[in-house]
Amino acid sequence: MTGADRDAAGTGVAAPAVSFARVSKAFGGVRALSDVSFEVLPGEVHCIAGENGSGKSTLIKIITGVYQPDPGAEMSYFGRRVDSVTPAVARGLGINVIWQDLALFPQMTVAENIAFGDILGSRPRLVHRRQMRAKAERVLDRLGVSLDLDARLNTLSIAERQIVAICRTLVGDARLVFMDEPTASLTHSETQSLLAIVRKLSADGVSIVFVSHRLAEVLAISSRVTVLRDGRKVGVYDTEGMTQSRLTELMTGKTFDAEVISGDRSAERAVLEVSGLCRAGEYEDIDLTIRAGEVVGLTGLIGAGRTELGLSLFGMTRPERGAVRLNGEPVSFRSNRDAIAAGVAYVSEDRLTLGLVQPQSIADNVVLPVLGKIVNGLDLISTGKKNDLVSRWIRELNVKVGRPEDPVSTLSGGNQQRIVLAKWLATEPKLLILDSPTVGVDVGARAGLFAIVRQLAAEGLAILLISDEVPEVYFNADRIIHMAGGRFIASYDPRALSLAAVEKAVYA
Amino acid sequence: MRRLLTSTEGRLTIVLVIVCAILALASDQFLTLANFSNLLAASAVNLIFAVGLVVVLIAGGIDISFAVAASVVQYLTVFALQAVGGGNWAFGFFFAGIIGIGLGAINAALIYYFRIISIVVTIATFNAFFGLLMFFTGGKYIYDLPDWWTHRIVFFEVKTPSGWAELTLPGAVMIVAALATWVLINRTTTGRQLYAYGDNPEGARREGISVGAMTFIAFCWMGMMAGIAGLMQVNFVKEVVPNALLGRELDVLAAVVLGGARLGGGRGSVLGCVLGVLLVAIIQNGLNLLGVSPYAFKMVVGAFILFAISTSNISFRNLLGGAAGGRRA
Ligand SMILES: Nc1ncnc2c1ncn2[C@@H]1O[C@H](COP(=O)(O)OP(=O)(O)OP(=O)(O)O)[C@@H](O)[C@H]1O
Ligand SMILES: [Mg+2]
Repeated sequence: MTGADRDAAGTGVAAPAVSFARVSKAFGGVRALSDVSFEVLPGEVHCIAGENGSGKSTLIKIITGVYQPDPGAEMSYFGRRVDSVTPAVARGLGINVIWQDLALFPQMTVAENIAFGDILGSRPRLVHRRQMRAKAERVLDRLGVSLDLDARLNTLSIAERQIVAICRTLVGDARLVFMDEPTASLTHSETQSLLAIVRKLSADGVSIVFVSHRLAEVLAISSRVTVLRDGRKVGVYDTEGMTQSRLTELMTGKTFDAEVISGDRSAERAVLEVSGLCRAGEYEDIDLTIRAGEVVGLTGLIGAGRTELGLSLFGMTRPERGAVRLNGEPVSFRSNRDAIAAGVAYVSEDRLTLGLVQPQSIADNVVLPVLGKIVNGLDLISTGKKNDLVSRWIRELNVKVGRPEDPVSTLSGGNQQRIVLAKWLATEPKLLILDSPTVGVDVGARAGLFAIVRQLAAEGLAILLISDEVPEVYFNADRIIHMAGGRFIASYDPRALSLAAVEKAVYA
Repeated sequence: MRRLLTSTEGRLTIVLVIVCAILALASDQFLTLANFSNLLAASAVNLIFAVGLVVVLIAGGIDISFAVAASVVQYLTVFALQAVGGGNWAFGFFFAGIIGIGLGAINAALIYYFRIISIVVTIATFNAFFGLLMFFTGGKYIYDLPDWWTHRIVFFEVKTPSGWAELTLPGAVMIVAALATWVLINRTTTGRQLYAYGDNPEGARREGISVGAMTFIAFCWMGMMAGIAGLMQVNFVKEVVPNALLGRELDVLAAVVLGGARLGGGRGSVLGCVLGVLLVAIIQNGLNLLGVSPYAFKMVVGAFILFAISTSNISFRNLLGGAAGGRRA
């Protein structure tokens, strides 16, 4: 029993914002949550930590009425018991959510997405566009960012959409805000201003539930953390005195130690050679060689042109000048099909729209780029070959799936990311481009993912690892390239420099 | 100026002006007030359908059955009016509207309660409505209609050298229908919820928007407009013919898509409908004046749709609902 329970029962001081007990939820055969209790105090910043698929998002969806819990759950909001909730009721109680998959409205404007609450309600009213714009503007000011209020959301980058998702929870008088991985695609400085806002909201008495796989953030922002493992509650802990490694251990039951793996590969055969590559407004004068077995880390702030370069190497856009050679052969891709055929694979940062066909099954997604390899003599898809391939990769990457026939959209975020990886590894590439591959992936899975990456490198694959988390490239790449304003501005050797020195150079 | 070029409506206006200029040069009867008032009167029924259909498209659905439903409304309205002894315009609008809404509600109920996608439901109701209509009427025409219904009502007329230019009842009703739809989708919270629901159904559900309400509002609005369009079509042609409106659904759908509505939902406007319907009508009218075969007309409309889609930012991918594929038609 926690302090708040006693308060609510005894002295009547500030009842908890939410207090849930005995929450269970099964989806078909998968038990997403079993007998979990959860409580958030008024004005508290409370984190939920757990590996991918541990049930964090499911818990949030139950509290906000999107899913109904299995019978037997006890739920109360702001001290009042309820039997069931719907999303409309939750909203009415002042509960706002940043969904992990954003759930915004791509055809609507930024202003409408932010001030979305204004158009809700079952009784028709007139809409006041000017008022909605003014509200949106105020929130953007408060966050200290500027966005075109009349732009359609689908013209924005993923990071900008994330900002819109954050803004919409700050409109009106929210009493409880859920943030499911709000920092997943934010830059270092955007993250800092979000954390500052979270602190301010909490000082104003708003309760915040924060989910992030970046444990440093979790420890920096929250006062308590609820740890989930495989749908069960491990416990609730004060963050005071908690360390990252202790938290990791609670989440996974294991410990992980990061160490520099960098080595010298300059004697190996060059797989990718790029010289003088340019595309106006995106990147300029790019010279890059990646050798067999080498992992090159590409870092820099968002907008540095890293993703744009990656997309050109993958044939999605065409460079205007410069040459690319793959295994010594000059190549010029007209489309990503050419690139795939030549042995380039690209794991995108935006798995929700670019990486996966959400409504299709896990199995179909894995075999998508390699349909040509699993046909039988009659050119029809061979079920046997398909199943072999799918089960091989699900096993190798240790994906937590119910059945391969389930839609990808039912997987937790981190497991979706592994499916993306499986899909591209099935093409047996020579050059693997990983663009922010660990966005939304938990500590354990990150370690697992990079163990795979290292193993792939050892098998002779050339790997370009794009990430804005400096520690990620520091511990997993042979050398680090720093990109800014579309150019390579520096290169760092993890064996020669400390992590702090590299972080300072990149984030400054 | 930038908006003129980047929005579908803007580009469509430019195309419309160019087409008008070419036709004006080719035929001296084209650019006259009298010809335009004819054009407007002839487009009235299609535009009333169009503003109903665009609401369904915005909400992420599609309706194939509305034109046949309008024929059903015509027959049922005839019987209902006989039952009240002839009635008047008030009765006419009331019956046509209510019966239309009822037929729309049948579509909505099938879609919502049985979770069948709208294209399948409305192809089924299209066949069911038409089959029942032909079965019960035996394909008979009705000429014996109340006088008020077939009487031409002119609100406003001017004599021009090339003939009379006038605003008749169907034209006026068309204007009211377009304005009402514009208010609904742009100025009310319900209308914005329809856009949101069409754009991202799961997101809308999580925000507490009622899926049932959205489905019923969209299809009942469509039904009401279909009923009123049916009523106006009788005023225009002065007879009730069971298969008179058969085939209109595709013409109207073409015009609405030309006007920038997206088959995946979340996009579409009344202005787009007006421009789309006008463009189709003007091409037909112009080719008529030039004495070109009516078959050529369909070809030209087809070409325009392909051209409009391939040159605009509504790429095929957008049209079909983005990367998520045909998540829901
Ligand atoms: N709609 C659904 N249908 C079937 N299974 C589901 C559904 N939603 C979630 N699951 C399953 O429930 C489990 C918990 O998923 P959840 O999304 O809550 O995890 P999470 O802790 O948020 O993970 P992540 O950190 O990756 O976001 C997973 O095994 C997932 O596959
Ligand atoms: Mg989650």
